[in-house]
Formats: sequence, C-alpha cells, structure tokens
Amino acid sequence: MTRRATIGVVVLVAIACVLPFVVSNYRTFQLTLVLVYAIALLGLNILTGYNGQISLGHGAFYAIGAYSAAVLMDRFGAPYWATLPAAGAVCLVAGFLFGLPALRLEGLYLALATFALGVSMPQLLKYHHLEKWTGGVQGIVIAKPEPPAFLGEAGLRMNSDQWLYFFALAVAALMFVLGWNLLRGRVGRALIAIRDQHIAAEAMGINSALYKSLAFGVSAMYTGIAGALGAIAVQYVAPDSFTIFLSLVFLVGIVVGGLASISGALYGALFIQFVPNVADEISKAAPWAIFGLFLIGFVYLMPAGVAGAVRTLLVRFTRKGAK
Amino acid sequence: MQVHKVGVRFGGIVALDDVSFDVAPNCIVGLIGPNGAGKTTLFNCLSRLYQCDCGDIVFGGRSLLRVPRHRIAALGIGRTFQNLALFGTMTVLDNVLVGHHSRMRSGFLSNALRLPRVGRDESAATDKAQALIEFLGLKAVAGTRVSDLPIGTQKRVELARALASDPTLLLLDEPASGLNHEEVGVLGAVIRDIRERLGVTILLVEHHMNLVMSISDLVVALDFGRKIAEGTPDEVRAHPEVIQAYLGSAH
Repeated sequence: MTRRATIGVVVLVAIACVLPFVVSNYRTFQLTLVLVYAIALLGLNILTGYNGQISLGHGAFYAIGAYSAAVLMDRFGAPYWATLPAAGAVCLVAGFLFGLPALRLEGLYLALATFALGVSMPQLLKYHHLEKWTGGVQGIVIAKPEPPAFLGEAGLRMNSDQWLYFFALAVAALMFVLGWNLLRGRVGRALIAIRDQHIAAEAMGINSALYKSLAFGVSAMYTGIAGALGAIAVQYVAPDSFTIFLSLVFLVGIVVGGLASISGALYGALFIQFVPNVADEISKAAPWAIFGLFLIGFVYLMPAGVAGAVRTLLVRFTRKGAK
Repeated sequence: MQVHKVGVRFGGIVALDDVSFDVAPNCIVGLIGPNGAGKTTLFNCLSRLYQCDCGDIVFGGRSLLRVPRHRIAALGIGRTFQNLALFGTMTVLDNVLVGHHSRMRSGFLSNALRLPRVGRDESAATDKAQALIEFLGLKAVAGTRVSDLPIGTQKRVELARALASDPTLLLLDEPASGLNHEEVGVLGAVIRDIRERLGVTILLVEHHMNLVMSISDLVVALDFGRKIAEGTPDEVRAHPEVIQAYLGSAH
C-alpha cells in the first residue's frame, strides 16, 4: 500500500470510530447497515467487477445468510457472533454449487440464471415444510445483542446500537483486509485475466472453471456474512425483505461505487443506504423517480463509479501539488 | 516434440490432414503456408484449444491429447496469439505476472490470509517479471495499461508474458503481423536471443518470409491442411510445390 493510501485508511478508521458518539442512535443504526451493505457489495464486486460474472440474484445469498443467522439464534440458541462464520460457510457452499452449472452460462444468460435464483428465493423461504425453522410468512424475530460485560467493567459505556456498530465495523474491517489480500496477488490477477481474456488466461495455466466457481463461492460467502450481520442489526427476517429488488439494488451499488474496486463497495453502500432516504425527503409522492434522477446523475458524471472519480481527482490533485 | 499424423476436420472441411513433423530441442522451426493452410489450426491443437480427430502430439515423451488446456503451460509450452490476447485492463507488469501463474502455488485461502510464503512468492515473481520486462525493452511502460499501448509494444508484452511461464517450447503465432519493417528486424534478433540466452525451442507461424527464412533452422510448409515440404530454408524455398502454393502454377 502506498503511504497516502495508508494515511487515508487510518483517517477513515478514526472517523468511523468517532461517528457513533456524535450522531443519533438512529443514524448509528443506519451506519451499521452501510457497513453491512459494504460487505455484501464487496462480495458481489469480486464476482461481477473482478471476475466478470454478472449476478442479478445476490439478494438470495444475502437471504440465505440472514436466515442461517436467525434460525441458529432462534432455534438453536447460538450466540449472535457465532452465526457469522456459519452463515458464511453455508453461503460459500451454496455459491460454489450454484457456480458449477453457471460455468456453462456467460454474460446475459448468466444474468438470467441468477435472476431466476433471486426472484424465487422469497417463495422458497415461505415453503410450508420449512416453516418449523423459517417461521413461514411471519419470519423470525431475533433479540438485540447487548454490549458485552467486559466493556462496562473497563469503563466503556456503550448502548446496544453503538456496540452493534462497532461489531459490524470490526467484521467489515476483517472482510475488507481479507478481500484486499485476495485480490492483490496471484488469485486477483487470475480473476481479472479470466474476465479480460479467458482463452489466454487458460493458456497461462489458469484453471478457469475452478477459479470461476470459487469466485462464486467466495462472493456468496461475503454476501451471506453481510446477510447474517444485517439480520442481527434489523432483529428480524421475513421472506419479503429479500425480494429481487434487493439484488438489483446491490448491482446498482457496485456500479455506482465502482466496478472492480475495493473502496467502491463502501461508496456504493453509502449510496444505496442514504440516497433513498434523501429522495424520500425531497418527494414523498415519487421518491423512486428522484432516486432514478440521482442514479442517472451519478452514472453520467462518474462513468467509472465514485471510486474511479476519486482516483482521477487524486491524480489531478497530486500533479498540481508537484508543480 | 513430435507431431504425428495429426488430422482435424470441421464438419466436411479437412483443416489438417495427416501432418507429421518433429521439433528438435533448441531449434527454431518455421511453419509456413498460404492463408487457410491450417497453421493456426495446428497451433490451436498444440495448445489444446482444438481437439485432434486423429494422430498424436507428443511433448517430452508424453501425449498432449488428454492434458487439460490449463495444464499445458505447466508442462513448459508457452504461446502468443495471432490477434493479440492480452489482458487489456491490466498493466504490463500484471500481464507478465499472469504469465508466471503456472509457476506459482498459492491459492484462495493462503492469498486471503497473505501467509508469509505468499509474500515471498509474489516478490520473487515480480523480480522475474521485471527482468523479462527489461529483457524485452518494456521498462518504461511497465506500469501502463496494455490497451493504451501501440500494437508493436503489445506484441512484445505478449512475448514477455509467454516467457514468464519458463517454457521449454514457445509457440509464436504470427509475431511479425502488424509490425513495420524496422520492428520485424528487431523481432528476429529477439527471437534468436530467446533461443540463445534462455535455451527455448521455438515454433513459429509466420507470413513474413524474410523473417522465417532468416531465423529458422527448419521450415515446414503446409497447404490445404497437408504438409508439402520440410527442410532447411533454402530447400523449402526451392521446393516446386511451395513455389506453386505461393505463386500458383506457371500457366
């Protein structure tokens, strides 16, 4: 990492640590969701941005992660933090298995197959033989995690919203470091090589089938962990929270944030969390029309996503500074 | 490497018919023939993009016909492509590093955790790639996106990428196409250099006769999928069937 990037990350983490103490509990909750979405978007970006496989159904993996966490807590009394690795493992397997037949599909055809997955998920979750675990249409209500006792003993007083935010921040930081490591070396190069020129990639010795299905698995794992974290934050899962609209919003997030960019996941998460709110404040009658205007504006002004625009600005800024 | 009675047909069209020849170690072998003679088809059989219908291709004592495509590089066969198949969004350095993929060992988990051996592996690979970049005179553009480079430079990047897999046999598919006169001269010297300094055997498909005839030890001529001549450049140049294939019959 360059020195400037290191400073940027340190400043960002410092701001992230101060924020919950200066904003309201509701805003803190919203910021927690931003972190959740950022993890989900990073997952989708690994698949779509880096590896070039379009998914219109990542909401399904988010749902599987959310339900894994809810069922584990509700039926098996698992502690909330332990549900994240479990949800990640379930989605890793689910994503890998879905990725195998998807190997035969490319471009828009893969988009259709993943769309089918996304659109069917809410109904699968309502399936009455699974009701014993999933709670059917009603969904599952889960308890809010309380800050652990050792924090109080150490003199750190925190309410549960703040604690949840820091928990999500730690998980997001871990997932981003792992993602950055994954993408900056041999594996990341292979993923991009497959996207850019898959025949040459194989001639260079890249096992394209294996990498593509593993990318699908890892991508689903990220999104599933985000789903579990989101379920804990919202304290509720129900089939209709995970409609195809969620999948589409994820795709919007990675494009607006910046395809094939790690920081883009964070920008995209801010966009999909806050722009609908802003649109709602501007017009109660037609918030989605306003959202649409924002979307067109962003894509028009920043064709390489927010991350691309930030990169261009930094380059220009450094050149001016050097003169 | 031995190419033994290889045949390929696409539907009713015979693309290769009973083609056999040997490539001896440390030689430069030129494969010539008019358009549609089957040169690129043969190349694609060697790198397993096409399946041969009959015959066998043996490399290092082992048949290639059952080896999956992505294992060819690890066996020691590198290649370049006729119409450039670089990874357009990546830098020159990253393209060359992808070429080294088959010589590296780390996987998803060890990369995500960035185990110490991954860091060592990466820096060794980067050193090697930098050396190749210097060897091919690409140092000034190492950090540039390849799609922003002129064709002549991109051709050299492909060469560097192919060499990064430490091949013992290098397949060059029309390396001179799109190059100007001066660049072709440089290319000939580079190809000889690769053979001499790196000890790599080279099989090249080329339309540029001066280049093929000046650097090859052995020339194989194909026409309509059949081998019509094989020998030293002088022998092949004088071969009546070759002359006829290129110039048409006298009347």
